[in-house]
Amino acid sequence: MMNNIFVYLEIEGRTVADVSLELLTKGRKLATRQGCRLEAVAIGSQLDGIEAQVLPYGVDVLHVFDDPKLAPYTTQPHASVLIRLFKEEKPQICLMGATVIGRDLGPRVSSALKSGLTADCTSLEIGDHADGKTGKEYKDLLYQIRPAFGGNIIATIVNPEHRPQMATVREGVMKKEILDPKHPGTVVKHKVADYVPDTEYVIKVIDRHIQKAKHNLKGAPIVVAGGYGMGSREGFDLLFELAHELHAEVGASRAAVDAGFADHDRQVGQTGVTVRPKLYIACGISGQIQHLAGMQESKIIISINTDPDAPINAVADYVVVGKVEEVVPKMIKYYKAHSK
Amino acid sequence: MSLKIVVLAKQVPDTRNVGKDAMKEDGTINRAALPAIFNPEDLNALEQALKLKDAFPGSTVSLLTMGPGRAAEILREGLYRGVDQGFLLTDRAFAGADTLATSYALATAIRKIGDFDIIIGGRQAIDGDTAQVGPQVAEKLGLPQVTYAEEILNLDKKIRTITILRHIDGGVETVEAPLPLVVTVNGSAAPCRPRNAKLVMKYKRALGAQEKAALMQNGAELPYADLYETRPYLNLTEWSAADVDADLDQCGLNGSPTKVKTVMNISFQAKENKSLTGSDNDVEELVVELLSNHTIG
Ligand SMILES: Cc1cc2nc3c(=O)[nH]c(=O)nc-3n(C[C@H](O)[C@H](O)[C@H](O)COP(=O)(O)OP(=O)(O)OC[C@H]3O[C@@H](n4cnc5c(N)ncnc54)[C@H](O)[C@@H]3O)c2cc1C
Repeated sequence: MMNNIFVYLEIEGRTVADVSLELLTKGRKLATRQGCRLEAVAIGSQLDGIEAQVLPYGVDVLHVFDDPKLAPYTTQPHASVLIRLFKEEKPQICLMGATVIGRDLGPRVSSALKSGLTADCTSLEIGDHADGKTGKEYKDLLYQIRPAFGGNIIATIVNPEHRPQMATVREGVMKKEILDPKHPGTVVKHKVADYVPDTEYVIKVIDRHIQKAKHNLKGAPIVVAGGYGMGSREGFDLLFELAHELHAEVGASRAAVDAGFADHDRQVGQTGVTVRPKLYIACGISGQIQHLAGMQESKIIISINTDPDAPINAVADYVVVGKVEEVVPKMIKYYKAHSK
Repeated sequence: MSLKIVVLAKQVPDTRNVGKDAMKEDGTINRAALPAIFNPEDLNALEQALKLKDAFPGSTVSLLTMGPGRAAEILREGLYRGVDQGFLLTDRAFAGADTLATSYALATAIRKIGDFDIIIGGRQAIDGDTAQVGPQVAEKLGLPQVTYAEEILNLDKKIRTITILRHIDGGVETVEAPLPLVVTVNGSAAPCRPRNAKLVMKYKRALGAQEKAALMQNGAELPYADLYETRPYLNLTEWSAADVDADLDQCGLNGSPTKVKTVMNISFQAKENKSLTGSDNDVEELVVELLSNHTIG
């Protein structure tokens, strides 16, 4: 059977990245809906036994490309594998993480196959499409849904004529769920040289440092997030103080990151981290759709904003209309007073 | 050996100033309604190019942008900072392009520029954040790519290799790549140098053909018309799809595999919420409530 759904597996060391497992979970649902198979592609070195991490997510076929030269990741060898494999297998859909690797690899592959690629999708669904101009009808396309530019707008993107329909999704957007620990799947070991000519190994990685993450924003039960309304990097110090008291992590809007108030890895939203804490305190954040995409599933949301009509207030459980520089110190003060 | 460097830059709507009527019916952006700026990461890219030019005297930096007539502003901004020549790729046929059609058009223009050692662009543009155009241009030209670059550490002219520090998920790596190649530069890289006052004097009247036409609307005379004959560098180069031999089926909406199906304006159903002031009383009450229902503490 052809025209299946493929997920590119990102592998660091010998571990499949969470974002890939999340995509397998989503891919499984889409494959069941389409009545096709879910296939995964593992490219790297020393991949023996990797299927144990992958098949339980409902993967029917795992393609393995195992060669010392394939790790660490470099662009062309991995692209070459996917391009050739996809020419043979003709997938209908290909999903990748919107990570540094996925964002390096996805466009290269989509360009070679002349297929469309939508970045940073926040939702993926299946549906029909009628072309407005030609009137042509398309059945069961992948709806690639992402916030669009300008106002609170969500766009649905389709690729009517080109395959595979490619999309990237950030880590944490989809949920990861094992389908069946004993899901039967086939492992196909490919001969790497048939897919990657020697001429593709052109980039040498001479040095590599992975630091331990400085913070655990993704998994924090409480997030104190600041926006452009914090006014300065010093303004953010106040948020770190509150976060320290609450055992919380600090997040930021993109406007705050762009203004240099906070580091990029703290950005919450469509093109940042997705969080689902039990409490999200938004300080001086207006709440544009790209920001909401990364936090609206928080259990309780508090908005502190001078503007009573800030869009974020619509998703908030508590709205404090006031200046952050006044409200946040009071929160710290009363928390200290009452938490004993 | 001097280097031939091509910088890719985009004029983008300033996403910090988005108005309500920013979208057109077909889901593409109505750029005319927004203030336009030099895409921030493209400025980081330009700086890396100018640094190479400083290090290898005799090198040239060409700046390539695609957009409407007013995107000539990008070329002037480049010239003010030390770019040697600018090209504006502009044609109605390019309108509505997704990243694939954009990279196709840019690749044809780069081929027309011809001789190059390095193509440098920003990692991504702030109006889409896709980071797709750099790698797609590289693929179209059959070149290696190094994305998320922080700094060009070394360039060995003899063996034609470049060493680049780049970001990866959770860290950094150093890679060595052969020339020619495509590099995309991260926003954390060195900021771009300011305009050079002398170069501003030299190029401030530089205009593209569409800008001139706009000034001469309704029979008005082009200010300083004779300057454009005596100083040919004031005429900014504009290329159409035909000028770069682009296949129209691969340009603009025609050449875009992704189509915007629908654009939905969503208004959130306002949750039932508790509205408070910033008074001591209200804040204290809030903190006590959160403590008592174990949300905090
Ligand atoms: C392709 C793309 C991707 C994007 N991805 C993301 C993303 O991942 N994450 C993200 O956050 N954004 C993202 N954005 C940007 C997003 O559209 C908004 O521009 C951004 O979220 C706005 O940030 P902000 O709310 O901090 O700033 P603003 O919109 O400027 O809001 C500042 C708020 O602070 C309030 N304020 C001002 N002073 C005070 C004060 N003293 N006390 C209390 N309140 C005060 C104001 O009333 C206002 O509500 C993206 C945009 C694009 C185009």
